Amino acid sequence: MTKVKSLADLKKMKETLQTKIDIREKGDASESLVQIKVAMATCGIASGAKAVMEFLMEELDKRGIQAVVTQTGCMGYCYAEPTIEVKLPGKEPVIFGYVDNKKADDIIEKYIKNGELVDGIIPTNFESIDNK
Amino acid sequence: MKDLSLHILDIVQNSVVAQATIISIGIVVDKKNDYLGITIADNGNGMSPALLQRVMDPFTTTRTTRKVGLGLPLLKQNAERTGGSMDIKSVEGRGTDLMVVLKPSHIDCLPMGDMAGVVAMLICSYPNINFKFSHRVGANEFAISTPELKEALDGLPLNSPSVYPLIKELVSSNLDELQIGELG
Repeated sequence: MTKVKSLADLKKMKETLQTKIDIREKGDASESLVQIKVAMATCGIASGAKAVMEFLMEELDKRGIQAVVTQTGCMGYCYAEPTIEVKLPGKEPVIFGYVDNKKADDIIEKYIKNGELVDGIIPTNFESIDNK
Repeated sequence: MKDLSLHILDIVQNSVVAQATIISIGIVVDKKNDYLGITIADNGNGMSPALLQRVMDPFTTTRTTRKVGLGLPLLKQNAERTGGSMDIKSVEGRGTDLMVVLKPSHIDCLPMGDMAGVVAMLICSYPNINFKFSHRVGANEFAISTPELKEALDGLPLNSPSVYPLIKELVSSNLDELQIGELG
């Protein structure tokens, strides 16, 4: 890969990328994409959330899985950081705790590709206790 | 936190939550005077004088998901144990300025860490926020901002997956050059 050192280099690299991305974006709306949120508050970052987010972004792209990886705040599961929330198209979101790169790899291979659940799920129904 | 770049990633989340649209991150390294300065300035909601007074208290947070807020106290601790300091100025409705000074020669000074990754991650994760990043080592400076990158990418969204590694490489190769310039 050529080195990107200036904005001009970036522009050049972009030309080669554009065609690849065009096909992707026309093919699907964001609803049909896998959506992943990485908890990135003090607790998450201190436990290694940045490395996990980097891993997810790189690996999903490499493995050709169309996904959106975003950051979110603390979900209140500081004891289980790094935590990530994975929402497969048409399914309820699932939160995984204690995610390192190995676990993230498992989640991609088992849950995202095959819908098979992986250890470390944090049970939640996204409702506050008051509403019950 | 294991390094300073992670602290920066953490503190900038405060600016994001405060609905900032412009966030400036500045790093100044001056080896001769044993000085490392980090500034983070935003135009977000700012803080009331009452909140500003309590903000260094680890039991102060605006979150409702938990009762502690350690981001600022941890950074302050890491700055002070090198003989440095941390200072916050904030005006409600205008924004917040954070200034951290560290002594890089001190044995307890954390390493910088993967600053390029942090800058790229912030820029790509929050495409609607205008980030300005500058890193000065001695007389040499590298600066990059969201609008410049958007222009170079010409319509290709910042949050598309293949953009992150490119921006990270752009920043890291320039930061490496700053280091080499300093040695030579």
